[in-house]
Amino acid sequence: MNELPLLSALVAVPLIGAVVVASIRREQAAAARWTALAFSGAVAVITALVAVGFDYGPDAPWLQFTESYTWIENWDLSLSWGIDGIALLLVALTAGLTPIAMLAAWRDLDAVKRSVPAFFALILALEAAMLATFLASNVLLFYFFFEAMLVPMYFLIGSYGTGPRRQYAAVKFFLYSLLGGLFMLVAVIALWVNNGGVFDWQTLVEAEPMADGSLQNWLFLGFFLAFAIKAPFFPFHTWLPDAGGAAPAAVAALLVGVMDKIGTFAILRYCIPLFPDATKTFAPWVIGMSVIGVLYAAFVAIGQTDLKRLVAYTSIAHFGFIGIGIFAFTQASATGAVLYMFNHGLATGLLFIVVGFLTFRRGSAQITDYGGAAKTLPLLAGIFLFAGLASLSLPGTAPFISEFLVLFGAFTDNEPVAVLATLGIILAAAYVLWMYQRTMQGDRNPALDEVPAMKRDLTVREKALVAPLVIAILGFGFFPQPLIDAVGPAVDNTLVFITGEPQTAPSDNVPAAEGVSNE
Amino acid sequence: MNEAPALQIDWGGLAPMIIVFVAAFLGLLVEAVVPKGKRLVVQVSLAVAALAGSFAAVAVLLNDDTNTTAFSIEGVRLGSVVLDGPGLFLQGTIAVLSVIAILLLAERRTVKGGDFVAEAAVVADSAADKAQSREPGATEIFPLTLFAVGGMMMFVTAGDLLTMFVALEMLSLPLYLLCGLAKRRRLISQEAALKYFLLGAFASAFYVYGMAMLYGFAGTVDLAGINQAGISSDEPRMLLYIGVAMIAVAMLFKAAAVPFHMWTPDVYTGAPTPVTALMAGCVKVAAFGGLLRVFNVGLSSSAWDWHLILTVIAVATMIGGAIFAVTQRNIKRLLAYSSIANAGYLLVGVIALGDAVGSTMFYLAAYGFTVIAAFAVVSLVRDGDEEATHLARWAGLGKKSPGTAVVFTILMLALAGLPFTSGFSAKFSLFAAALQADELGLVIVGVVSSAILAFPYLRVVVLLWLNEPAPDAPTVNLPSPMAGTVVAAGVAATLILGFAPGFLLDIVDQASTFLGT
Repeated sequence: MNELPLLSALVAVPLIGAVVVASIRREQAAAARWTALAFSGAVAVITALVAVGFDYGPDAPWLQFTESYTWIENWDLSLSWGIDGIALLLVALTAGLTPIAMLAAWRDLDAVKRSVPAFFALILALEAAMLATFLASNVLLFYFFFEAMLVPMYFLIGSYGTGPRRQYAAVKFFLYSLLGGLFMLVAVIALWVNNGGVFDWQTLVEAEPMADGSLQNWLFLGFFLAFAIKAPFFPFHTWLPDAGGAAPAAVAALLVGVMDKIGTFAILRYCIPLFPDATKTFAPWVIGMSVIGVLYAAFVAIGQTDLKRLVAYTSIAHFGFIGIGIFAFTQASATGAVLYMFNHGLATGLLFIVVGFLTFRRGSAQITDYGGAAKTLPLLAGIFLFAGLASLSLPGTAPFISEFLVLFGAFTDNEPVAVLATLGIILAAAYVLWMYQRTMQGDRNPALDEVPAMKRDLTVREKALVAPLVIAILGFGFFPQPLIDAVGPAVDNTLVFITGEPQTAPSDNVPAAEGVSNE
Repeated sequence: MNEAPALQIDWGGLAPMIIVFVAAFLGLLVEAVVPKGKRLVVQVSLAVAALAGSFAAVAVLLNDDTNTTAFSIEGVRLGSVVLDGPGLFLQGTIAVLSVIAILLLAERRTVKGGDFVAEAAVVADSAADKAQSREPGATEIFPLTLFAVGGMMMFVTAGDLLTMFVALEMLSLPLYLLCGLAKRRRLISQEAALKYFLLGAFASAFYVYGMAMLYGFAGTVDLAGINQAGISSDEPRMLLYIGVAMIAVAMLFKAAAVPFHMWTPDVYTGAPTPVTALMAGCVKVAAFGGLLRVFNVGLSSSAWDWHLILTVIAVATMIGGAIFAVTQRNIKRLLAYSSIANAGYLLVGVIALGDAVGSTMFYLAAYGFTVIAAFAVVSLVRDGDEEATHLARWAGLGKKSPGTAVVFTILMLALAGLPFTSGFSAKFSLFAAALQADELGLVIVGVVSSAILAFPYLRVVVLLWLNEPAPDAPTVNLPSPMAGTVVAAGVAATLILGFAPGFLLDIVDQASTFLGT
């Protein structure tokens, strides 16, 4: 296998990049931009190397490219990295979306007196922290980055955000996440105390499941609360519309596109293998929350007057689907949920970026400030519609596959849930199409003609940065099989903890199942 | 008549304290014989050298795994001064932290002549005051500080209640004085000194009454003897209850636990900032060192009797400190309430007894560095000659002085307990120890309190970075090497204990057993 420490490099490169970019002088904005882009490009290249070297076969070990360096022995904290198919998809999403977000924010700061190097350094630091959470195979290491990423995001929203409520949004985001994180910390410590001081994920997963049921329930709740706030699931979602509405559009794309996936990723990676019984116990509740989330967020989205808040609410509805997919515990629905995370990152990322183009031109995110904008911006309007349709899961776009798999899997598990959730699709059509109609079609808002920028259609830079996303959405819409194959073994490995028997993977790859059968 | 048996004294074990006290007396002599202009250099070098020597002595003792008492008669140990792991570790911590605090006391560049006056009672702006302000500034503060530090070092090694009382007075009296010597905002400073003195005197009275009760119960003031009596004594148990309660009141007063915290915000605000740093850093170590010893060595056999009430106090302290901190508009008051909340977390460590001694000591060391550095930064942000303590004046500091703002942000995040800072390491090990002792409820309250407390810290960060500076925003004085060293040392310790706490965790692990438990 590969000898190079690629996963360490994935975390180290953006971190070094952040330091380098931060040390560039404020006046040299262009140098800062290009340096940051180069570093994020390097991350994308390393990710490609990992993807090429990754063993997609069913016999491959759960975590690949593993590395481990002792850090703080007293706490069993080590820099342990490892990647599975699910993490690979999300790492690829992060590595791909970050440079695109940087390009999208390329000129955003020209008009305001804000430090450009600091902005790009924060994005790189954020990228490093997000990648580290996907790659960590040590519970405490995961927690470190899970919390540490709040700091760059806090400054990105609070310092570079738009609107009068950006400080409020940043503080709310930080405190909400910190509260969840602190409850998780109690659970993390309790886990550590109860298993004799082990934090290594691999060791924990291979160990006998925890016997004490009530302890397992409490630990599950501690972890789950943090992840449910991060995702966010209804009713822990109220920070997201504020944060998404106040963040610069490119940052919002990263926030909703990638960072929120850490919550759902971590449920799969930590809650299910570490607390399988508790996961089963609470599954009906989570599914209930998710269904309410799908419907409630969709209704609220219809009523929004602010484009960015609207998109944020659509995401909450989508996270409901992901929750249903994970907690239905069927292979199809869980695979669908994982694909959903990836595809939602593409579609909502694109949607936020296009909304960013619009609001940057118009200087407002209020829907009423638009109307008939497609007349002067045909290409932008087209991409906007495409992103909207992708996010409502139109067949032929990538999100369709994932939504279909989730609902299909959920139907075999629980029909009423699937039926209710399907209503969410109809509502999605309503909020997307109505949003498009109110901004792009209909009578032209006369105020638009007074804004010269509203007559400039997509620039070369803008075309170049949306192109890869459009291609990916269409490509994975027609050929989803590579994605399904990539996540298959990891999903099987995870679900074994719930269903108790390997579905496709041979048992020697599934240590926990072995442990159970030896009993 | 029999000849009295010879008292054997372990001079080597007493060396850390002897060095400090001798230096304090030398400092008094310096005041008498050295010309005014040269006193500052002499005093500061003397104090720093003494504390460094004292620290070296502690390190040697700790390395030798010394576990004995300083006084014994024919091989029988007398409990008055106990040189065990926790005692020595805390002595070392106090020595290091007070070196830093003394450098801050010595800062002269930010304000000409420093923050202190020799005769604070002189009417401000009178002719005598002007004459006084032309002089190089008070240097009596250094011997005073050394006396206080010596008292703290004695407090954490005192093995009987009487020695502890002497140490308590020795650390308190110089502090009362130091609080009142501010050059600016003199009335507030004197009010703080008086308030601290009066309440401190009450606390001392409580202590003495409590000691009398415990003596009545146990027939001894020796902590190990009291513990033994907790099991075997036939005296009415009410004596024990009253005694424990009164001793606890006095010590919790020093530790600033709710409801004995009332003095803290006023004194922290009124005292000259370097003295506040000394109190928040070193005195906290001493107070909790004493609490740890009293409860672990003297009262562990009666844990059932005090567990509930101390738990209530810990909860009130954690939640009360955090909630009051939310509404503060003055940075020194904010830090004062935060120090109250931190006292609550430390109390969790006291309640958890044996398991948590090591992590409580780690917390004390980590918190001490961070809080002293924070007060050092506070002392640098000034409107003209005066410190700009009102939070509104700090708005937009990130734009005018990004370096200072970065440092203060790191300190705030450390206090909030974010990973990669000492705040996280300290909370992690303390809460882990508490969970090991089955104190889940207290840990959850601690977490909730941390979350509440994060809000005021975060508001400071918001002010620093996200708000526009006022046109007449305060200036950040370039620190002289003194204050610069303080800030650098504090931030370095905050980050080192965040990234690589292993070495200190090992040390506290080894030094966490009290002699006599």
